Amino acid sequence: MARKLSFRNAVNEALALEMERDSRVIVMGEDVSGGTGSPGETDAWGGPFGVTKGLSKRFPDQVLDTPISESGFIGAAVGAAASGLRPVAELMFVDFMGVCFDQIFNQAAKFRYMFGGKATTPVVIRCMIGGGYRAAAQHSQILYSVFTHIPGLKCAVPSSPYEAKGLLIQAIREDDPVMFFEHKMLYDVEEEVPEGAYTIPFGEANLLREGKDVTIVALGRMVMLAMQAADALAKDKITCDVIDPRTTSPLDVDTILDSVENTGRLVVVDESHPRCSMATDIAALVAQEAFDALKAPIQMVTAPHTPVPFSPALEDLYLPSADKISAAVRKIRQKAAA
Amino acid sequence: MLQLSREELLQAYRRMKTIREFEERLHVEFGNGEFPGFVHLYAGEEASAVGVCQQLKEDVDYIASTHRGHGHSIAKGCDVDAMMLEIFGKQGGLCKGKGGSMHIADLDKGMMGANGIVGGGPPLVCGAALSAKHLKTGGVAIAFVGDGGSNQGTTFEAMNLAAVWKLPAIFIFENNGYAESTASSWSVASGDIAKRADAFGMPGKIVNGHDFFAVYEAAKEAIDRAREGEGPSLLEFKLNRYYGHFEGDAQTYRGKDEVKRLRQEKDCLKLFRSRVTETQLLDERQFAEIDDEVTGLIENAVMKAKAAPYPTAAELHTDVYVSY
Repeated sequence: MARKLSFRNAVNEALALEMERDSRVIVMGEDVSGGTGSPGETDAWGGPFGVTKGLSKRFPDQVLDTPISESGFIGAAVGAAASGLRPVAELMFVDFMGVCFDQIFNQAAKFRYMFGGKATTPVVIRCMIGGGYRAAAQHSQILYSVFTHIPGLKCAVPSSPYEAKGLLIQAIREDDPVMFFEHKMLYDVEEEVPEGAYTIPFGEANLLREGKDVTIVALGRMVMLAMQAADALAKDKITCDVIDPRTTSPLDVDTILDSVENTGRLVVVDESHPRCSMATDIAALVAQEAFDALKAPIQMVTAPHTPVPFSPALEDLYLPSADKISAAVRKIRQKAAA
Repeated sequence: MLQLSREELLQAYRRMKTIREFEERLHVEFGNGEFPGFVHLYAGEEASAVGVCQQLKEDVDYIASTHRGHGHSIAKGCDVDAMMLEIFGKQGGLCKGKGGSMHIADLDKGMMGANGIVGGGPPLVCGAALSAKHLKTGGVAIAFVGDGGSNQGTTFEAMNLAAVWKLPAIFIFENNGYAESTASSWSVASGDIAKRADAFGMPGKIVNGHDFFAVYEAAKEAIDRAREGEGPSLLEFKLNRYYGHFEGDAQTYRGKDEVKRLRQEKDCLKLFRSRVTETQLLDERQFAEIDDEVTGLIENAVMKAKAAPYPTAAELHTDVYVSY
């Protein structure tokens, strides 16, 4: 019987397989081992969510705890990548980009271009994204669109354990800097995951479900919600294509356009704020390239233009949901029928 | 005069003179409108770059630089013709004309770049030092930082990280008295930057940055310590720049005749020549020969840069990714 693995353990397994394959792959970050220098046990944490638990025992020379100095160690990961290693640095929460963004967007992203093609910077920066954990405004953001904006970076947003393992192994083998966004509410999700190493190429979207009425494009945890919405809609004989782009940079525009050519309707689901987001980006691309195919206005299901609230009552309102996605689909479905 | 051979002394002088001539010439050519951009000249500080980099290996040792990166590049062995082409934004430039003065770099020579972000380099140097340690290359990595960069959080984080990880890293602060237009005597609260070494558990030393031999000796101690696995060091070189923060800076913040006096009394090239000729290791004739040789080298580089074509339109889109 096929083996099931949680998203958390899929990430852990990908890191272990790659560290085993290549001693130049090192994992670094705050508490990625945990307990370094303390009187109690080492490998105390494995990151705040236990994602890297056990790795420091198996790979003591390749797993490095750091001080809480994001600029320092993210920059060190970038410098190490430019000088022969293949580091996977954990930024912990993407929200912490505020204290180290320079090393990512001015240094890592631009080396190759500024240095006339001589630099190769194979660094992966893992970080947690997303709301639902009641973690409030500074530990719940999405922010991948900020990185997607920057030439020189690649951005992967896995939506399931299988996707996480394949995309992370691919990320580590990429010769360009990769931002890897793990939604914290997915860590306990389980599905069948092959045991050995496998890769999922960047820039190839996953068409999870085929339908004829509406195209739903969703990212990260939103893919699961989009599938739930599509299930519910199918009961009312509304069928949807559900597309997971997997990576926002590069972005597989063709798969989205092909789908919209067939359905004539698009709903983009993005847990980000509505402005300058992947939702607006994909909507703009479709408006530019497939305007004639559209039978109804493009709909965006996003979080509002507010920080992420703490109170469960407010955060539930803040986040997109399967119901909100269904409502958006029904709205343009009805509009076209009218 | 330490243990330097005649050949090494000649090489040191040649490199310092090359930097001086390169920078003096850029000052003229920029003034004539021959190339655009933000240009920060290193003239006056040559003893620092050369005194340190002469002891480094091309393949395993790395440096990261500042806005003021031409001197470090030349000292680390970057090709002078290609550098000139780069600063002119021409084809054949060290970075294909895509980086310019502020991002000049050559990773093949262990030169991780001038940096447009003050304090951008020190974390990167921790990474290069980590690579050296992990891959057991025996290499060291050196961050050149200005007095301005000494106040950046990235620099503090990098020094702490280097000490915690016991990295073969060296933090060299070129304190030329001004961060842009602001005096370091005002902006560095500790007075001497070297005092901060204590806070990170590493040795720190103040060095006369006009004196090649003092620089060489202090750098040697720090480099040896790093290569032997004993961890990072901090060096503060007190020195001066002859030009403004950038070309076009009116330098009204400087004292009257300040630069004139520095050129007369503290010039690192003059100091080097007099020290070496006093000991009769080399004579004035040998220095004059190098001066002529370097003048020709720079003239040639400028002529090539002026004659070279600009990059083609196709270059706009290349070198963003390895693959995309």
